[in-house]
Amino acid sequence: MIFLNFLISGISLGSIYAIIALGYTMVYGIAKMLNFAHGDVIMVGAYVCFYAVSRYGLNPFAGVALAMLVCTVLGMVVERLAYKPLRQAPSLAVLITAIGMSYFLQNTALLLWSSNPKVFPSIIGRGAFKLFDGRLSVSHVTVLTIASCVVIMAVLSLFIGKTRLGKAMRACSEDKGAAQLMGINVNATISLTFAIGSGLAAIAGALLCSAYPTLMPTTGALPGIKAFTAAVFGGIGSIPGAFLGGIMLGVIEIFAKAYISSQLSDAVVFAVLIIVLLVKPAGLLGRMTQEKV
Amino acid sequence: MTMRRLINLKRVEARRIYLTYAVVIVAYAVCQVMSSTKFLSSSMRGMLVPICAYMVMAVSLNLVVGVLGELSLGHAGFMSVGAFSGVAAAIIMQKTITYAPLRLAVAMIIAAIFAAIAGFLIGIPVLRLKGDYLAIVTLAFGEIIKSVLNNFYLGMDSGGLHFSMLTDTTRLLKGGRLIIRGPMGISGIQKIATFPAGFILLMISLMIVFNLVNSRSGRAFMAIRDDRIAAESIGLDITKYKMMAFVMSAALAGAAGALFAMNYSTIVANKFDFNTSILILVFVVLGGQGNMLGSIIAAAALTILPEKLRQFSEYRMLLYAVILIVTMLATNNAEIKEFLGRLNPFRRKEEAE
Amino acid sequence: MTKAKTKYIPVPSRAILPERDIARDPVLECVNLGITLGGIKAVDDFNLTIGRTEIAGLIGPNGAGKTTVFNLLTKVYQPTTGTILLNGRDTHGMDTRQVNKAGIARTFQNIRLFKNLSVADNVKVAMNNEMRYNMLSAILRLPNYKREEIAAHRRALKLLSIFDMQNMADVPAGSLPYGAQRRLEIVRALATNPTLLLLDEPAAGMNPSETAELLDSIRKVHEMFQIAIILIEHDMSLVMNICDGICVLNFGQIIAKGTPDEIQNNPAVIEAYLGRKKEG
Ligand SMILES: Nc1ncnc2c1ncn2[C@@H]1O[C@H](COP(=O)(O)OP(=O)(O)OP(=O)(O)O)[C@@H](O)[C@H]1O
Ligand SMILES: [Mg+2]
Repeated sequence: MIFLNFLISGISLGSIYAIIALGYTMVYGIAKMLNFAHGDVIMVGAYVCFYAVSRYGLNPFAGVALAMLVCTVLGMVVERLAYKPLRQAPSLAVLITAIGMSYFLQNTALLLWSSNPKVFPSIIGRGAFKLFDGRLSVSHVTVLTIASCVVIMAVLSLFIGKTRLGKAMRACSEDKGAAQLMGINVNATISLTFAIGSGLAAIAGALLCSAYPTLMPTTGALPGIKAFTAAVFGGIGSIPGAFLGGIMLGVIEIFAKAYISSQLSDAVVFAVLIIVLLVKPAGLLGRMTQEKV
Repeated sequence: MTMRRLINLKRVEARRIYLTYAVVIVAYAVCQVMSSTKFLSSSMRGMLVPICAYMVMAVSLNLVVGVLGELSLGHAGFMSVGAFSGVAAAIIMQKTITYAPLRLAVAMIIAAIFAAIAGFLIGIPVLRLKGDYLAIVTLAFGEIIKSVLNNFYLGMDSGGLHFSMLTDTTRLLKGGRLIIRGPMGISGIQKIATFPAGFILLMISLMIVFNLVNSRSGRAFMAIRDDRIAAESIGLDITKYKMMAFVMSAALAGAAGALFAMNYSTIVANKFDFNTSILILVFVVLGGQGNMLGSIIAAAALTILPEKLRQFSEYRMLLYAVILIVTMLATNNAEIKEFLGRLNPFRRKEEAE
Repeated sequence: MTKAKTKYIPVPSRAILPERDIARDPVLECVNLGITLGGIKAVDDFNLTIGRTEIAGLIGPNGAGKTTVFNLLTKVYQPTTGTILLNGRDTHGMDTRQVNKAGIARTFQNIRLFKNLSVADNVKVAMNNEMRYNMLSAILRLPNYKREEIAAHRRALKLLSIFDMQNMADVPAGSLPYGAQRRLEIVRALATNPTLLLLDEPAAGMNPSETAELLDSIRKVHEMFQIAIILIEHDMSLVMNICDGICVLNFGQIIAKGTPDEIQNNPAVIEAYLGRKKEG
């Protein structure tokens, strides 16, 4: 029963990672860059949601919607200002810029909202379902998190597989030059990808802080890095990979916390990442691409 | 020849190397004079050793990022390995080597060796990866090193050395001393790091890096950076050279870590986290990739500046972030570069000629 | 495993060997070489033998798979089928670096110089494997460091002088004019002491006088080093002038092999180039 409990919390945490990882993976697939600042978009989303709900008394779901709107705009603005001018630059330069952007968001948040941790109200209360005569308790947040993740995955897969915009995204991630020639607006498509990724980050932020209620300017950093790890783990650029990687990472983390050591759980997570990359350099579901010579 | 005049790379590089040595020596002399004439405030005097350590960190990271062209996001991890192994060694040798400068030197060498071993072990998996993947795995290793050191216990008693993980199970005999105490780190360190020692370490690091870069290995590093496929096509062993640069960089970072740690009475593993790695990366990026003098100046400026601007300390990290982004945009975007070029009156004259 | 001296797979026709190579083992033999890239057979059933000192031309329309052949020979791509024998040795399982050590050096269609290195360093880095001093000698500037560096620099200047570039030695490679960059790539390749030199469109982007100079230089290289050269080139006058034998590739397959004269009059080749539809 304890095992089942850990498994469920692992899947729940993994669902959050998966939602964040989607943002990383989509952006990587299309812009071939690691958007290091993605984790901090989560934090911004959580703050917006927090203030909307606890200061201005908005309905929690309206709060999440507002956060999504803010993050979507934020993601697009960041892309336009910092990343777009570097389309042709070496990837090292882009990565450093993204790290700079991450610092920028964190420290802006620090100035705006101070480093005092805020206690985030759960968006659907702290109730729980009791199963097996109360021996297994699954909180509402957990259920909501897992359900959101599944829904998001399904919707996103449909969007990318079936709609025109989704096809444009896939085309751009295959070959930007060719996509341009086919009349696809590459810049708009990249912008759209950032928008979707950042919108999802807002949802992840609200869910993350509902499960782990301490909200600080650095809240997004570690989950961001881990979700990124999850994306790499599953094969960066692959959407099912992000899902798989996120869930597996969450489960591994919770089990490492439970059975190895809570202080070493992060080390275990990173060690697993390294081992996976050694066996499969492109991640579990990633594709190796061959450089044209 | 009607061709525009081309720069003579050899001459430019030689000039830059001598300039770097000269600047370091002059700066050292000036600081020595100033601190002996009490011209330097005591807070500034206290920063001389950390500045030297950061300079060595920046130079060593520049070997990997600027010369080899691979991004390492876990450089503070090697500093940390060096700090802990160096300080532990110094404490163990306290009785046997009583002459402090010698003890410091030996401790730094031991630190360099431990960090080099860590660099080698980490290099085996890391250097098989490329680009972004390599960067992220160095980040992962930086975090792993931090976690491990945070849970590491090392004690010494008459029975020798004892260590344990997670919890303190060293069971030291009476009179023993617990040197590394997990998350509490090491305390009661004798502050034997001195400014001259920092200066010497920096000079040695510069010599190693410059001489290495101007040798067959250095040419191989830069060739791999400029074009990996072409480098393979002329028979270079990519993994070997990457490993060489990586291990050398780690060793220097280890020595710097030991120097840094022995300037304080207490150190903890959390001091050497991702933020420290980024800070050093900022030195390298601001100073210019491959430009050692730039790294040194950036390290000094960005360590002193926040002290001078204490009232703006809240904006410090924000400023870093902005500097980082703007530098990257300015140096990598053609339009912005051109715009800046037009602002520069010297450049315009040159073109008109 | 015994070395496959006798071939069990019939090789349709051998390239035309110059007389001087008749009694000697070939430097390169490709048997049934092929690769599938992105679902298409970019090169298929490629059989070619190159004599010790032959200059061979590899021609064909755009996208025919010429560069891919070079990538296969140098193991930038791993072949999906076939065997490559270099100096009688199977290169199966070797990587790019090992193939280079075994004797193949190449240039690239899209110039791949070490842009930030000086011209001389671009050449010296290619001599890396024959230099012996270690890291410690370099850091401490021991006598063997100085000795070997000076020797390497001399040799680099000598190689550069073949292409009349010795006075550009200290210039960054990236700032050279286009033609000079192409020539520097050849020098860099030569510095690895190859037995087979692969040149991918060496005259691309050169004006006629530069092309004529290049032709002389290639001849000079060939005479000095007595090596085999395979040349991909769209400039037919260059190819017809310099090559002993020519191999024509279209859609990844060899459509003709022979001397320049034979190729010029081969109907299949003319058709491939002019793209005429089959009549009837
Ligand atoms: N890495 C790769 N992935 C997928 N397809 C490839 C790859 N490399 C080459 N191709 C394809 O293989 C075919 C042959 O390409 P190749 O570059 O060898 O042609 P080429 O004969 O050198 O042409 P050109 O004269 O234009 O240089 C082309 O259709 C090309 O698109
Ligand atoms: Mg080609």
